[in-house]
Amino acid sequence: MAGADVLVIGAGIVGAACAYYCADAGLRVTVLDRGSVAGGTTSAGEGNILVSDKEPGPELDLALLANRLWSELDGDGCELEHKGGIVVGQNPETAAALATLAARQRDHGVDAIDVSAAELAELEPNLTPNVLAGVHYPQDMQVQPMLATAQLLRRSGATVHTETDVLAVRPREVRTSRGNFRADWVVNAAGVWGGEIAGLAGAPVPILPRRGFVLVTEPLPRVVRHKVYTADYVANVASGQAGLETSVVVEGTRAGTVLIGASRERVGFDRRFSPSVLRTLAARAVDLFPFLAEVHLLRSYLGFRPYCPDHLPVIGPDPRAPGLIHACGHEGAGIGLATATGQLIAQTITGVPPDLDLTPFRPDRFAEAR
Amino acid sequence: VNTFSFGDNEVRTEIRFEPGQSIGAALLAAGHRSWRTTRRQGGPRGIFCGIGVCFDCVVIVNGRPGQRACLTEAQAGDLVRPQEGAGRGQLAV
Repeated sequence: MAGADVLVIGAGIVGAACAYYCADAGLRVTVLDRGSVAGGTTSAGEGNILVSDKEPGPELDLALLANRLWSELDGDGCELEHKGGIVVGQNPETAAALATLAARQRDHGVDAIDVSAAELAELEPNLTPNVLAGVHYPQDMQVQPMLATAQLLRRSGATVHTETDVLAVRPREVRTSRGNFRADWVVNAAGVWGGEIAGLAGAPVPILPRRGFVLVTEPLPRVVRHKVYTADYVANVASGQAGLETSVVVEGTRAGTVLIGASRERVGFDRRFSPSVLRTLAARAVDLFPFLAEVHLLRSYLGFRPYCPDHLPVIGPDPRAPGLIHACGHEGAGIGLATATGQLIAQTITGVPPDLDLTPFRPDRFAEAR
Repeated sequence: VNTFSFGDNEVRTEIRFEPGQSIGAALLAAGHRSWRTTRRQGGPRGIFCGIGVCFDCVVIVNGRPGQRACLTEAQAGDLVRPQEGAGRGQLAV
């Protein structure tokens, strides 16, 4: 088949953003996916673009860059909302930890506003009064991730091949169930399957699935203004535990449904529903927003976050496989981090100095750790 | 004869039903085709899927909004009211 400058494996949000920024830099792009556009983890989350849940460090730097790039994008047709996030502390320990985190985030350029319990009641009138204090993060945004993926792919002008399985990855050539594709650069944006693609290329990266459920309520009027979550969410996101962890995350959508998360389990690719996890999520959501006790759930869905052991994504060229460049392992933050990832990939490919130092994200860091 | 009351505060009618029949089935049998209006356009809605999946036929039963008429078994003396939109305007912020 005809060659392209860049062949992106994965038509999720990260692959779409890589295609978009590469095309913007003047490159010809082809995108492959084993399934459909936005058919994997992209469609299994809530569409968050967050700075609030990041500890100062490389991931926060990436999130701040991503946040700025999302703001610069034309959000038409993506349901992009600058809704802001609110994190609440429900006991003295979490409230104190939250205040400390917010202070450190402020030092790193995050807009984090301490709010009292009385101010929380004004910001979110339906919130439980049983909160001690919170932090308001105006930079947090939300997007409809499937629409955003489709928009970025369309705007990139890339040729997209769905239902195309990758069989082998060689230097500048990818063999698939629909023939061979040649390109100067192959981008591994295969999300939770990024480890498989890396393995085919002989350049392994450890990417594993971390399961999460989301509950969906019946459509409601606007009942929750921000993304609202409890301070223990940040600790859970950063945790290495294998067992079930839940924190409560509640937010509305343009369609009127309210989404309730977030559970984390390392159970491989097990797609079986777990009523006990759903029950725990629902109970914790009712604790935070008591009106939810009377509201019906329409459905729930699950997905697999692609995580690396150090909770950082893998972004950058692989010294073990010429022409291979990784853009995967974003765990639960792939929607938000997609823009920055796409930009950094495009800059690397075109030889422009990247906006961020890619050293913390380099693909061969795991081998060194052993 | 089993009946429940259907309508708004001004106009109410008694709807007959068989034991075990759903509110939606009884309303259809009595010639009613819609009992909810959509949230944005105010369009009429009634039974669509009829099996509890689509949530189009929701109705207010004894003061509780969002009840699926197709799945809710009619009880004698029920007070069934048409639902406007999400039926939970009091929660809006």
